[in-house]
Amino acid sequence: MVAIIDYGVGNLFSLKSSLNAIGAEVIVTSDINELKNADQIILPGVGAFEDAAYKLRETGLDKVIKDLATSGKPLMGICLGMQLLLEKSYEYGEHEGLGLIKGEVVPIKDYVPEELKIPHIGWNALKFCGEPSPIFLNINDGDCVYFVHSFFARNCDASVIATTEYGANLTAAVADKNVFGCQFHPEKSGNIGLSILKAFINIKE
Amino acid sequence: MITKRIIPCLDVKDGRVVKGVNFQGLNDVSSPITLAKYYSECGADELVFYDITASSDGRKLFTDILCETAKSVFIPLTVGGGINTLDDFDRVLKCGADKVSVNSGAIRNPELIYQAAKLYGDQCVVISADVKRVDGVFRVFSKGGRENTGMEAIEWIKRCVGNGAGEVVLNSIDTDGVKKGFDLEMLQAVCNAVSVPVIASGGAGKIEDFITLFKTLPKVDAGLAASIFHFGEVKISDLKAEMAKADIPTRLK
Repeated sequence: MVAIIDYGVGNLFSLKSSLNAIGAEVIVTSDINELKNADQIILPGVGAFEDAAYKLRETGLDKVIKDLATSGKPLMGICLGMQLLLEKSYEYGEHEGLGLIKGEVVPIKDYVPEELKIPHIGWNALKFCGEPSPIFLNINDGDCVYFVHSFFARNCDASVIATTEYGANLTAAVADKNVFGCQFHPEKSGNIGLSILKAFINIKE
Repeated sequence: MITKRIIPCLDVKDGRVVKGVNFQGLNDVSSPITLAKYYSECGADELVFYDITASSDGRKLFTDILCETAKSVFIPLTVGGGINTLDDFDRVLKCGADKVSVNSGAIRNPELIYQAAKLYGDQCVVISADVKRVDGVFRVFSKGGRENTGMEAIEWIKRCVGNGAGEVVLNSIDTDGVKKGFDLEMLQAVCNAVSVPVIASGGAGKIEDFITLFKTLPKVDAGLAASIFHFGEVKISDLKAEMAKADIPTRLK
């Protein structure tokens, strides 16, 4: 059973559908026990970092997620969910993240040529860093995935498992042991995205 | 590098896909769900579902079909047609839409784009404009291209982007259904005026039309078409292979 963390941010319909499509048993929940009992957990998110981080703190889910991740539970953050895994974000101010992955979130526009459109939106290729991560087992370097974002993760050092080229090498995915993050939307990335989700739900604690 | 998107548009009426020439004389083509799955497998980068139903029964059917589609098709879905209020945004986003395209709804209420962008983010709001030359001036038309609003198109599109529209679909009524290529002049004018993604619509008849589009106007992000895809005149896999040969960044898979 894979649990999608429900904390009132974004639309979970497609993520749930995509997991169903690969045969996963899915639960959308904010209940601590249900999260504890899940084989893997996914932290989704669309919208503003500050608001999402506040909602995680307000519900106490921040601590729950940190404890579960530290205990070895496979965790995947998607889009804003990935950014929340980092130490901090400079999206309209300075905000603290979960700190499960080293690094910070910064505006793309400060790091790419001015003529590039923001948000970075559309299909772009993944460039693996080093040996393919366990979540990339069934896909290849150069496969395209779907991005929609205006901020990106930086200074993640060894945690970067893939980048994508958009005027600069933007962090596309990160991992540190059992914690994974995808800046792109696997649930909107066709068969490549489904393959990534499938690899993730096969990772056990 | 970001790839150029190829987007089939499905005009849906009473639960079926239809597409007319110059917006008139609709022909039944196929089931939206079947067609959407087929396009996704063929390499379509995104799908547009356009609701051309007028009745509330039809609207309910459309939403049901959208939901069913989003359960089995995992590429971005944009929904347009009959989007007049924030409730309409909510209705289609809950059914798995990623982006919502507004046309007449924004003409009637220009505040709609601003409100929706604030609530759902710029990336979620698409301004779709039906534009036609009238005495040498680009004019915005409403009601499916039937009524001249009198508004100058480039100013209108700039205003919508200023209000938070994160993407522009430019449909040239002059080239729509003619199949002799996209309206490069009109698209150029829009690309020069805005800095958000521009999607070209209206006029594609063959693969070369897309090649010409992306080669002539590198700022255009995507090409949209309907009947040429529905009737198999252009196969998306062939189109993408030709785009790759022409060194246009494209997603092959």
